[in-house]
Amino acid sequence: MRSPTGFLEHPRELPARRRVELRLRDQRDVYEAVAPELLDAQSARCMDCGVPFCHAGCPLGNLIPEWNGLVADHRLPEAIERLHATNNFPEVTGAICPAPCEAACVLGIADEPVTIERIELEIATRAFEAGLVVPVIASVRTGRRVAVVGSGPAGLACAQQLCRAGHEVVVFERAERPGGLLRYGIPPFKLDKSVLDRRLEQLAAEGVEFRCGVHVGTPGEDHRAASDGLKVVSSSSLRAQFDAVVIATGATVPRRLAVPGAELDGVVVALELLRGAELAREGRLERPWVSAQGKHVVIIGGGDTGSDCLGTSLRQGAASVTQLEILPAPPVARPPETPWPTYPAILRTSSSQEEGGDRHFATATVSILDRGDGTVGALEVTDAGDDAAPTSQIAADLVVLAMGFLGPEHAGLLEDLGCERTAAGTVAVDGAFATTTPGVFACGDAVRGQSLVVWAIAEGRSAASAVDRFLMGEDVLPAPVTPSDRPLR
Amino acid sequence: MTTRATTPLYDPRLDHDACGVGVVADLRGDRNDQVVDLALTVVEHLEHRGASGAEADSGDGAGILLAMPDALLRARFADLGVQLPGAGQYACGLIMVDPARGSTEDVTTAIATLAATLGLRLLGERVVPTDDAGLGRTARGSQPVFLQVALSATTRLADDLDLDRRAYVLRRRLERDAAGAYVCSLSSRTLVYKGMLTALQLRGYFEDLTDPLIATSHAIVHSRFSTNTLPRWPLAHPFRYLAHNGEINTVTGNRNWMRAREATLESELFGDSMSDLVPVCTPGASDSASLDEVVELLHLAGRSLPHAVLMTVPAAWEHHSEMPAAHRDFYAFHASLMEPWDGPASVTFSDGRLVGAVLDRNGLRPARWWSTTDGLVVLASEVGVLPIEPERVAAKGRVAPGRMFLVDTLEGRIVEDAEVRATLAGEAPYGEWLRENLVRFDQLPDRTMLVPRHETLVTQQRLHGYSEEELDVVLAPASRRGEEAVGSMGSDTPVAVLSARPRRLSQYFSQLFAQVTNPPLDAIREQLVTSMSDTIGPEHNLLEPGPHSCRLVALDTPVLSTTQLAKLRYLNEHGETPGFRAFAVDGLFSVDDDPSAPSPGERLGAAVARCCAAVDEAISQGANVLILSDRNADARLAPVPSLLLTASVHHHLTRTRQRTRASLVVECADARDVHDLALLIGYGASAVYPYLALDSVADLAREGVLEADPTEAQDRWRAAMTKGIRKVMSKMGVSTIASYRGAQLFEAIGLSSSLVDAHFTGTPTRLGGIGLDELARDVLERHRTAYPSRPSARAHRRLEVGGHHQWRREGEVHLMTPTAVYLLQHATRAGKREVFDRYTAEVDDQSARLLTLRGLLGLRVADAPLRLEDVETEAQLFTRFATGAMSYGSISQEAHETIAIAMNRLGGKSNTGEGGEDEVRSIPDANGDSRRSRIRQVASARFGVTSKYLLDADELQIKISQGAKPGEGGQLPAAKVHPWIAATRHSTPGVELISPPPHHDIYSIEDLAQLIYDLRQANASARISVKLVSEVGIGTVAAGVVKAGADLIVISGHDGGTGAAPLTSINHAGAPWELGLAETHQTLVANGLRERVVLQVDGQLRTGRDVVVAALLGAEEFGFATAPLVATGCVMMRVCHLDTCPVGIATQRPELRKRFTGRPEHVTSFFGFLATQVRELLASLGLASIDEAVGRADLLEARYPDGHPKAATLDLSHLLAANPLGRTSGRPAPRVRPRTLDDDVAEELGPRLATGTPSVAQRRIANTDRAIGTHLGALVTAASAAGFDDDTLTLRLTGSAGQSLGAFVPRGVTIELEGDANDYVGKGLSGGRIVLRPPLLSSFDPSRTVIAGNVLAYGATAGEILVRGVVGERCCVRNSGATVLTEGVGDHGCEYMTGGRAVVLGAIGRNFAAGMSGGIAYLYDPDGTSARRCNTSSVELEHLDALDDEWLVELLARHAAATGSQLAAELLSTWREARLRFVAVVPHGWREAAAAAHSDALLAVAGAGGA
Repeated sequence: MRSPTGFLEHPRELPARRRVELRLRDQRDVYEAVAPELLDAQSARCMDCGVPFCHAGCPLGNLIPEWNGLVADHRLPEAIERLHATNNFPEVTGAICPAPCEAACVLGIADEPVTIERIELEIATRAFEAGLVVPVIASVRTGRRVAVVGSGPAGLACAQQLCRAGHEVVVFERAERPGGLLRYGIPPFKLDKSVLDRRLEQLAAEGVEFRCGVHVGTPGEDHRAASDGLKVVSSSSLRAQFDAVVIATGATVPRRLAVPGAELDGVVVALELLRGAELAREGRLERPWVSAQGKHVVIIGGGDTGSDCLGTSLRQGAASVTQLEILPAPPVARPPETPWPTYPAILRTSSSQEEGGDRHFATATVSILDRGDGTVGALEVTDAGDDAAPTSQIAADLVVLAMGFLGPEHAGLLEDLGCERTAAGTVAVDGAFATTTPGVFACGDAVRGQSLVVWAIAEGRSAASAVDRFLMGEDVLPAPVTPSDRPLR
Repeated sequence: MTTRATTPLYDPRLDHDACGVGVVADLRGDRNDQVVDLALTVVEHLEHRGASGAEADSGDGAGILLAMPDALLRARFADLGVQLPGAGQYACGLIMVDPARGSTEDVTTAIATLAATLGLRLLGERVVPTDDAGLGRTARGSQPVFLQVALSATTRLADDLDLDRRAYVLRRRLERDAAGAYVCSLSSRTLVYKGMLTALQLRGYFEDLTDPLIATSHAIVHSRFSTNTLPRWPLAHPFRYLAHNGEINTVTGNRNWMRAREATLESELFGDSMSDLVPVCTPGASDSASLDEVVELLHLAGRSLPHAVLMTVPAAWEHHSEMPAAHRDFYAFHASLMEPWDGPASVTFSDGRLVGAVLDRNGLRPARWWSTTDGLVVLASEVGVLPIEPERVAAKGRVAPGRMFLVDTLEGRIVEDAEVRATLAGEAPYGEWLRENLVRFDQLPDRTMLVPRHETLVTQQRLHGYSEEELDVVLAPASRRGEEAVGSMGSDTPVAVLSARPRRLSQYFSQLFAQVTNPPLDAIREQLVTSMSDTIGPEHNLLEPGPHSCRLVALDTPVLSTTQLAKLRYLNEHGETPGFRAFAVDGLFSVDDDPSAPSPGERLGAAVARCCAAVDEAISQGANVLILSDRNADARLAPVPSLLLTASVHHHLTRTRQRTRASLVVECADARDVHDLALLIGYGASAVYPYLALDSVADLAREGVLEADPTEAQDRWRAAMTKGIRKVMSKMGVSTIASYRGAQLFEAIGLSSSLVDAHFTGTPTRLGGIGLDELARDVLERHRTAYPSRPSARAHRRLEVGGHHQWRREGEVHLMTPTAVYLLQHATRAGKREVFDRYTAEVDDQSARLLTLRGLLGLRVADAPLRLEDVETEAQLFTRFATGAMSYGSISQEAHETIAIAMNRLGGKSNTGEGGEDEVRSIPDANGDSRRSRIRQVASARFGVTSKYLLDADELQIKISQGAKPGEGGQLPAAKVHPWIAATRHSTPGVELISPPPHHDIYSIEDLAQLIYDLRQANASARISVKLVSEVGIGTVAAGVVKAGADLIVISGHDGGTGAAPLTSINHAGAPWELGLAETHQTLVANGLRERVVLQVDGQLRTGRDVVVAALLGAEEFGFATAPLVATGCVMMRVCHLDTCPVGIATQRPELRKRFTGRPEHVTSFFGFLATQVRELLASLGLASIDEAVGRADLLEARYPDGHPKAATLDLSHLLAANPLGRTSGRPAPRVRPRTLDDDVAEELGPRLATGTPSVAQRRIANTDRAIGTHLGALVTAASAAGFDDDTLTLRLTGSAGQSLGAFVPRGVTIELEGDANDYVGKGLSGGRIVLRPPLLSSFDPSRTVIAGNVLAYGATAGEILVRGVVGERCCVRNSGATVLTEGVGDHGCEYMTGGRAVVLGAIGRNFAAGMSGGIAYLYDPDGTSARRCNTSSVELEHLDALDDEWLVELLARHAAATGSQLAAELLSTWREARLRFVAVVPHGWREAAAAAHSDALLAVAGAGGA
């Protein structure tokens, strides 16, 4: 029995991170293994609130108090059941989610929140180890076919839900391997790729068919892989072969820097660095397209992707890494503008930032300076809050743009299908994730714009529910969010 | 009445009454001509127990029953030329003839005609002369003509009662045939005069009563206090055989059972006339009238009147170890014939020779008697109602609970209770009959039953809508602890009919609970008067009992185990238990469309009809145990809701007069909490086997969740349910399961009247609602979940999450969402009106998620709105706002004071709650803030209710009920009773504090009037309010409360509440405030009482819109608890009972209190935004003030959201009638304090009071002098907060003191009374001294004679009471600091005591020291009986130690000196031996706690010093 006073007895404690010098030598998880006692104590801190703001703050509606209690009671089979009830991929969110649940934890009002995310990860990890995660194979087949385009978290969640509902699901992925951002956007020290593969095996065993290296719709001109001899499936054949189509292609158009010199060689977008590193690790590339090895690297963008680039650069052996953030340094404590239980704008230090590199806040890039050979030599920067401030220079061999994403690529599939777009550039959908083209649905970042993996999974689940209702006329699958849901503010 | 059209929620059937009663008898039986005069004097002295309505001179009813006054009648009929035969040879009666509906001639003719058919002859008739001078307009306008008739027999009479039997049959026929005639009585033995009179009007109204010839041996008088004021003359008491002070709580069931029994009623004495005698209970009559009718039948069919009375109002024999076996057998046998008529009752009765009184098993009404040396016996609700010289008094006493007091006027003696019962018990070999026929489970052969396969469990759970939450939060805790789970913070989910989700049928019912007109019982501390035992099997002829009558199976609890069900199912399968035959019927309906019954509702209805037919057939073949089962539901067959099936079969069998031929046993899967089970029993089931709940418990145990083996867990769960059902019963004041069964103590909310009429006949349902079709659709929806077409789509989802108790995204919707909590806190902390508007939009917009009835009400915006500046200001509105009663103790000092400061800054009011308040808080802070709570609550535990506490109040709130748990007392768990809390509450640190369910000084409406009177004496300027909870009938209760003198009534919704309560109570008791408020407002308007009182509403009020809707429905003031609490930081953890509140509010732990972040500004900001919003809304309605809005329900309209088929079935028109207040002068001021003898003393002693100069005043006192000393005490407290030295002001009284002598008197005041006293002596004693001694000239033995009534020293906090004599029940209940010495006490002494000392030198009653957690009681116990009578659950018995010794000797010496006690003197003179015969009753751990008291006091200071 979980004690109601656990939160008074145990301080918040996360597992130790491995020593920096050790972890910089490999791509493995930065955290040490979690001792069972730590898990017991941390889960016992959950207060089982009457109004669990964590559960409200989680886009998936994870039943956090429930599984915290089950973990505290050492009931792992029930815990993973309850975790899977709302979340198809807890091993992913448990590893890389910025955890709005923890920001909303009631204990966090006057204390440190429960280590919800870590507990989630431990449940998932231990459940896999204990053989508790097995395929759920639909016993009744509907005979309906659904195509899911894109194998990121939204597409995968959607596919798994629909397959369990008895539909025949085919996932189209233009990359070599499925996973989307999970595989090529998040470095392995944050999310071990075996974790992803393990889950993909489950999906496959349940009956989800993956068609990778397939481009759906007219290939866009600017797509790097368009020339790589990908198979192409036209949108019309897709419509003909499937009863419904789900667009889960993400928001892949990166925001670029509009300053002089942005076109110089050595200025790359984050995904080029990250994807290249992963493809090289997989052995698909002999060496990455871009490497930080021996270079002075400047990362523009202080967010999570920037951090991932930082960690990756350090592991590639960068001579130095500097991370620029245009906004001023946020306060250490929660400011009144983002009160509990909203996600606070506070100073966070990621594991990668802990590993090295310099952080500059309130720093705007004025221009990128040519070394003279058409490659990057330095950045001219200034104080972002002060127009009159003087500029200064930072030497750079490689500039990585980690400034976020603008939205989905419209040329090609979306245009072929005739899906309308919103003013913000995302795919327009109604409250049930239906695009303006009948039978075509969309979810994830393609709809929402750049967001969190946890939102993507939530949208994938909800879109699956909508598709199932479209196909079968009954409400069976859970739908945690609507397209217009937004975090509390 | 013209007002009726606009007051649709007022139902006169729900009126209540209560009263004062008296009996005067002359033992010499010589037809004393003084008896009537004395009896009238008695009733006149009980006038304060009666009431009048809107007009002071229209009474609620008064009357007199007398043994036939032969001389008077003989003379008066002779005047008319009619010669009456000898006394006893004629029957005479008084008939009220309503001139509007019939003439006396018609009635006379009808009587004459009927007489001829019965061997009777009408001798003559006269119109009884009356004088209506002085009657109020209402009473006068509806006066009947009083027709008196005399009849004699024309054929030979079979026996002494034959004439009365014939008269009885005549009367029943006349009542059936003659419109407008009401027969007060028609008998050869007694005669009744009564009417809609005040007690003072009775004597003058009937000229007969002052006729010198009116001689009689005895008389019963009655003065009625009713909640209604509509003219209803026949409602006055006495009835034909009895007059009743109290309520029959189980009357609905009793009437139903009587009706059902009518089929088996046969009597040789009545022969064919029996058909004229049914229905036995006249439809539409009052509870007392029904009881009278049943007693009458039992008596005239062959039982003596005492026998008839004792079997209807039995003693608590079930757990009475001291009762002789023969008496128990008598009761046990009669229990198999008939269920008790249960409720607080003091029943006086007479058959013309025997006159007496019986008290219900709980003794919740006072009945005192005394006899004189010259043969006069007087019994009354109070002593002192007749001035009798002390030297004439031969004996005095009180009627004890369950006991009878009887006078045989023929033999001229008082018949002792033991003799009465011994005589009755000896009339038949009851014990032998029981031994031979009554069957216990362990006598039945073992049966095995197939247990369903484990795999089917989840399917069944889905089929019956189980949620994960129910398993975790409801079933598991009950199976672990053997007690129902507890929750906090009320309920903010929609009632079932407003929910968009399938809800089970039971959730459309709400439990009724007792408030004001009758008390809830204490199922915890007074469990010994309750009984969960019942019997199963057929009933036989009530009128001709025999050994076969008890051929039944005995049950210990209605919640059956698997083995027990198996034994019943195969009862007498092989003829081994003759007399029984079980039959099982499957309650199932087809999932698939059926051409003959296309809609689900039709299929469900047809299934129910099939079951009824099957049952008929089975009964005709001799079945007498019917098992209603849903066990065989499967993929094709869905279960009929067990409640629907049970109630349908019950009512079907009742209607077809077969009901008593068989018992109903329910085998069902849908029942899984206390409420479900209580409903099944309330609608007729004798026993329930909730197999799915039991299987689920076993499953939880097997999974390791419960840390118990499956059988053990199931037993604990059954124990929890049994306990819970007992609690549900007790909330309504019902003591036995037998009388709860079929009593239907529920109201329906959201069921159509056609559904209710057909299946739940007689249950109130005021809003209409869903029918069979919606019910069936909900069942089918769950069926689809259980048998899904695509199971894997619900992978990882076993059951629904639930989300009723704890918010969940996929669960039931809540008013307080995470978003609402956040927005409210953000708005009030950042001071942002736009965020506040987002908050109110989140709460108010119910178009998508319906939550409340008000969510269905739209505001009709005016064509011409007012300008904002023309609406009353925020500051004016603030005076209408109050915060809820949250006690210091339940919440932290920081939270409590923050709210108080905020309300004082605004000019609103905060409320102490029931935990007392540190006096320091009455001193303003340096910055001008005040931490004083302007409203001070007076709740049942009276924590810290002292003279000073009362005097510091602007408003005194009597909490009758609270929304979270109406009918129950508060509870502060042990963990929260930190030393500083214990100090404020005068209790013991670390010991759980449970408040008694009833106020032990409010068992009836006249008691409430008394408490209001007392409080007004204690603080003349405070407004006095009474807090009630919405339920059907609250309007009539409120009418009574206004008549009792309250200035303000708070109507709480069922869903409010911040405190801890059992989940069943939070969710299933009471009704929404919209209904209660509208009903109250309409009823008060209809009764002309609305102008006298302010109405306040509370319960989940959150927004300006809520305030305005409430005003339009009738409220003038508004209470808020949760919303301001949230503003100070509450996040709805709902763990208030655990002391783990992480935001420092509902906790006393210093480390958590540090986390409190609330500030007064947050609360003032909330009310500021709210008031502005109210102004804006008023302006939009075209109203300039709340006063203009009150009752303007015509400005509301029903608006049904789309896509909500259930809500669309509701009819809200009852709510929407306009009843404007029309008041122009603002809210009424508190009523004026009545002057008492104290005023006279104060004038005499004048300035000496202020200076504290010792002084003495002497007065004579009568029972009409009530609360003497209280006003003086208030003056003393005002003069000096600390009080003066002991005995500064001494009041020497002689005579009989009225109720509440010395209530709340502070230190410095001493009251010495020579004479006797009534109830509530020393109530709330706050340091004063009270000495009671018998008159010097008395001839009785004072140490064995009752000198004071019930509930002495209730809630006393300090002081000393010395009593030479015996006192009544519940002495020292909740004493927390006073020293009380008596020479004998009744039952339940020292109950709930938390401090002080009690010394009893004589006998004690049963259940002494129940729940006592502090202080010490010393019992002089020479024969060891006292020790046996202690309830030792919380105390142990010890020898005296040296410290006790010294203290006792000193006290005894003081007692001997002050009262002249011989007993004390003797004990002192033989102290060395005497001390060995004393026992000390000491709460567990108390001596250690007391030893640590010094350090605790230091801690208390530390704890309080946080501010």
